[in-house]
Amino acid sequence: MDLKTLTYIVVGATFALYIGIAIWSRAATTGEFYVAGKGVNPIANGMATGADWMSAASFISMAGLIAFLGYGGSVYLMGWTGGYVLLAMLLAPYLRKYGKFTVPEFIGDRYYSSAARVVAVICLIFISFVYVAGQMRGVGIVFSRFLEVSIGTGLIVGMAIVFIYAVLGGMKGITYTQVAQYLVLITAYIVPAVFISFQLTGNPVPPLGLGSQVEGGGYLLEELNGIVTELGFAAYTEGGKSTIDILAITAALMVGTAGLPHVIVRFFTVPTVRDARSSAGWALFFIALLYLTAPAVGAMARYNLTATVQTGPVGAAEANLAYENRPEWMKRWEQTGLLKFEDKNNDGRIQYYNSDRMDDAREQQLGWAGNELTVDRDILVLANPEIARLPNWVIALVAAGGIAAALSTAAGLLLVISSSISHDLMKSTFAKGITERQELMAGRIAAAGAILIAGYLGYNPPGFVAEVVAFAFGLAASSLFPAIMMGIFSKRVNREGAIAGMLTGLFFTLGYIVYFKGIFIDPIGKNTAENWLFGISPEGIGFVGMILNFVVAMIVSRVTAAPPREIQELVDFIRSPRGAAAAIEH
Amino acid sequence: MHDETIERKAQHYWRANLRTVAICLVIWFLVSYGAGILFVDALNTIQIAGFPLGFWFAQQGSIIVFVLLIVFYAWRMNQIDRQHDVHER
Repeated sequence: MDLKTLTYIVVGATFALYIGIAIWSRAATTGEFYVAGKGVNPIANGMATGADWMSAASFISMAGLIAFLGYGGSVYLMGWTGGYVLLAMLLAPYLRKYGKFTVPEFIGDRYYSSAARVVAVICLIFISFVYVAGQMRGVGIVFSRFLEVSIGTGLIVGMAIVFIYAVLGGMKGITYTQVAQYLVLITAYIVPAVFISFQLTGNPVPPLGLGSQVEGGGYLLEELNGIVTELGFAAYTEGGKSTIDILAITAALMVGTAGLPHVIVRFFTVPTVRDARSSAGWALFFIALLYLTAPAVGAMARYNLTATVQTGPVGAAEANLAYENRPEWMKRWEQTGLLKFEDKNNDGRIQYYNSDRMDDAREQQLGWAGNELTVDRDILVLANPEIARLPNWVIALVAAGGIAAALSTAAGLLLVISSSISHDLMKSTFAKGITERQELMAGRIAAAGAILIAGYLGYNPPGFVAEVVAFAFGLAASSLFPAIMMGIFSKRVNREGAIAGMLTGLFFTLGYIVYFKGIFIDPIGKNTAENWLFGISPEGIGFVGMILNFVVAMIVSRVTAAPPREIQELVDFIRSPRGAAAAIEH
Repeated sequence: MHDETIERKAQHYWRANLRTVAICLVIWFLVSYGAGILFVDALNTIQIAGFPLGFWFAQQGSIIVFVLLIVFYAWRMNQIDRQHDVHER
C-alpha cells in the first residue's frame, strides 16, 4: 500500500476515535463544559494534561531545534518540564481548593475587582492566541506534506475537526479525547525513536542510545561533535546561546508553563487537593516520556542527516552526496518548499556545512562555494522515519501523532478562550442576566470565532513553531503567574498592585517581542544580541517581565490600602486542603 | 482564645508547607540552573558512558529529578496534612 493511502487510513481512524469519544461524552451543563464536572481520575487527568500541553511545538518542532542547536536546545527541555514543579507546588493545590471554573475568576475574586478580572481575561487572550497560532502552523505543515494538499486546505480540515470536538464536546469531551490523543502521540513519538536508536547504536532505549556507541565507531555524541565541528558548526554538546540568554529563556519557559491558563484549568477538574498534587506528578511523568526521548531523536536525526549528505571524510569529492542520487524523502520534502538545494559550485553534489565559521582558505581548497542545503527545522521529526528508512506505517503513525499533538492543544486553548469570554466577560461582568443555556451558546460562538482567527494566524505565522510558542510562555510568565502566586502566598498584595503588575508585565513583554519580531507590523529593531536588553533575546524576555510584575505589584500594594478582611480569610481558606469537595458546589 | 489556637495551628501548617516547598525548589534550582547551565562547562569535563555530565543534566538528568521532586512533594504534603489535621476526609 502506498504511503498516501496508508496515511489517510491511519489519520482517519484516529479522527473517528476522537470524534466518537466527543459525541459519547457530550457536555450537558456549564460545569461539564468547562471542567468536566470535576470528576476526572488523576492518571487520566495526567495523560490529558500531557496531550493538552504537548503541542505541535513539543512534538514536531522541539527535537528539530535540539538537533540544530545541540546543547542550546536544552532550554526547551528544562523549561517545559521544570514549570510543572512550580505548578505542582505553588499553584495547583490552592487553585483546586478554591474551586472555580477559570483563571480570571480566581484573580477577580482574590483581588475583589472586576477590573482585575477583565485584565486577566486580556492577558489570557493574548497568551492563548499566540499559542494557537503556533499550533495552526504545525497543523499546516503536517497536512501539506502527508495529505499532499495545500496548507490552506489542510488548515480548513483541521479547523473543522477542532470545532466539532471542542465546541460540541466541551471539557469533558476534551478530557477523554485527549487521553486517546496522548496515547496516539506518545506511541507515534517513541516507536520511530526506538527503531532509529536500535539501528544506530544497537540500544533500543533512546535515552540510553544517546550515550551509547554507534556501530563501528565511538560514542554517538563524540562522533557527532567531530563531524559537525569539521563542517564548521558549533560542537553539539556545547555552546549555542550565551549563558545569560539560556538562563532567561529557561526561566521564562518554566514560569510560563506554570502560568498557562489552559494548563492551570486542568487542575480544577480533579476531585480533591490531594489529586491536584498527584495529577501534576502524573502529568509530568507522561510528559517526561516524550521529553527524555526528544534529545535522542534530535541528536540521531542530526547524525543521520549529516551522514546522508556527507557520506565519507570531508575533502574527498565523492564523499558528498550526488544530487541525482538523493533519497526519496528529500524529493518529497522539496515539493513542500521546506527543504531546498542550490548547487552553488556546480559540481552536482550537495555540500552541507556552515560557511560562516569555516576558514575561507579551507573552503577554497575544498572547492566549496557556500552551504547548498537548507532544511526547515520544523520538518525534522516528521522526516525522521523517512531518513532512517522505516516502514510506511511508521511514517503514517507519526503524521497521526503530529496532528493529535497540534489539535489537542488547539482545542484546549480554544476552550479557555471561549470560557473566559462567555463566563468571565459575559455571565459575570457585562451580561449578568443570561441563562445557563445562553452562556453555553455564547461559549460555543466564542470558540467558533476563535477558530477562525487562529486559522488566519496559522496561515500567516511569525516564525518557527517552537519560537512562536515560546512567546506565549513569556507572556504567561510575565502577566498571569505572578498575580496568581502572590494571590496565594501574600495577604498584603491588593487590587491596585495586582492590576498594575499584570499590565506592566504584559505590555513590557509584548512590546519587546513586537519591537524585535514584529507580529502584525514590521520589526522596529534588528533582532541581534547587541541590541537586546542585558543580552536577553525576545524568547527569554518574559523572565524580566515577570520580575517587573512582582516588583511593581509589591510597591503599589505597599502604598495603597491592604485588602479587606474577608479577602485575607479567603487566602486562609485556600491554603488549607480540608473542605475542597464542598468548595465545588458554588 | 479558641480562635487564636486555630489561627496558630493554621500558621504551623503553613510554615511546614513552605519549608517543604523551599527544600524542593532549592533542589529544582540546583539540577537545572546549577548543573545544567551555570556549572555546565565544569561538569562537562566529567564523562559518564557517552555523556558529558553537564550536558546530561541539561537534557535528561534535570527532567528525571523534576518528576521525583513532585512525587516526593505530593507524598510529604499528604503526611503534613494529616499531622496538622487539615487533610480531606
